[in-house]
Amino acid sequence: MEAVRIIPCLDLDRGRVVKGVRYKELRDAGDPVALARRYGEEGADELVILDITASAEGRATTLDVVARAAAEVFIPLTVGGGVSSVESARRLLRAGADKVAVNSAAVARPALISELAAEFGSQCVVLAVDARRRKEDYEVVTHGGRRRTGLDLMAWVSEGASRGAGELLVTSMDRDGTEAGYDLELYASIAQLVELPLVASGGVGNLDQLAAGYLEGRADGLLAASIFHFGRYSLAEARRHLAAAGVPLRALPAASQA
Amino acid sequence: MIAVLDYGIGNLASAHKALLAVGAPARLVARPEQAEGASGYVLPGVGAFAACAAALEASGLSEVCRTAVAEQRPLLGICVGMQLLFEGSEESPGARGLGLLAGSVRRLPAGRRRPQMQWNLAVPTGRSALLPSPEWFYFVHGYYAAPEREEDVLAYSEYGVSFASAVGRGALSATQFHPEKSGRAGLELLARFARSCEA
Repeated sequence: MEAVRIIPCLDLDRGRVVKGVRYKELRDAGDPVALARRYGEEGADELVILDITASAEGRATTLDVVARAAAEVFIPLTVGGGVSSVESARRLLRAGADKVAVNSAAVARPALISELAAEFGSQCVVLAVDARRRKEDYEVVTHGGRRRTGLDLMAWVSEGASRGAGELLVTSMDRDGTEAGYDLELYASIAQLVELPLVASGGVGNLDQLAAGYLEGRADGLLAASIFHFGRYSLAEARRHLAAAGVPLRALPAASQA
Repeated sequence: MIAVLDYGIGNLASAHKALLAVGAPARLVARPEQAEGASGYVLPGVGAFAACAAALEASGLSEVCRTAVAEQRPLLGICVGMQLLFEGSEESPGARGLGLLAGSVRRLPAGRRRPQMQWNLAVPTGRSALLPSPEWFYFVHGYYAAPEREEDVLAYSEYGVSFASAVGRGALSATQFHPEKSGRAGLELLARFARSCEA
């Protein structure tokens, strides 16, 4: 059976969940462990925690959040932000992450992907990519979209796949925080090129847009943040809406259906 | 005590945490002597077949598994921990599994996203009390076990191919999916396993 994954994402800044437009104008969205617990209970299929803190203290806080979330939420947990070495990945996995996402550090040193896959297995390694549209194609950008790399997106995800990434998490920096919907063309192109699981991220403002990530973008993971954090939609509403639109989802155990 | 066999590969702690969450007396065990007196065993596994097989052998815990199965004590394999019960895997030609179940491990066919990384429905064959009804569980794998004996299949799932998502024989059982990452359905399976260890 096929079951598309609905994946709430917690952007973490010094231990709090925040959300902003294109990583700017951050709004506080609450306590990460409480949110993780709620999403887990309400039927999220996975969770992503992205640490957007720059400081060392912030990183330590993230480890603590991951450990506390992993002790009570028994669904897969991907953690990213600042993963730059096998050792930093190991700390997150030890704390309870199931997968680690690498982004800027892998662009700077692509061998990091191979090292992580060799050490922990491909199933642990998520290649997170921030993409920006150019005239004809897409470019990889880093540092929250502030830095251009000149790398062609399709070439980069292919390289990531051949180096042993087990999943792709692709964020459109043109759409992130805009609520204009996923960049569907972006995901459809990647889905055609690479056989890895593909998570769409960036721009979801309503449930039709969430469904379109699968129906038109062919992504099998649908990541969203603010539509869940600020209570606009519950996971249960999202699941009902997607199911009605023809998106295949798992059935939840009877009592956890809202 | 349920011994969660920790042979040093990847994140083997989640199974331990999930067992503790359902009140099972689970303990992470890295050396054979620490497993003495266990009433049940969990063999987790993530990563490549060859790396897991080599690490399990080097830790001495492979012998603990063989003895447990020979003495009919409950053992639950998870993911690569399930694949290790078989003789070998297409993923790592030449590497040998425990050979406790007859069959081999094959690559998922092309045409679907690989690895499978999603929730999928496991439909039980009715042979195991661990799996009383069809449930959705979380899978992460690029390879699947193909048991030689149909009677060793405890559940089937479908992903471009119909495959054995749970296998077992006697007190030995194993799941390709991750019960420790499958929310309530998974915790309930682990609780049933823990109860079978008390009996």
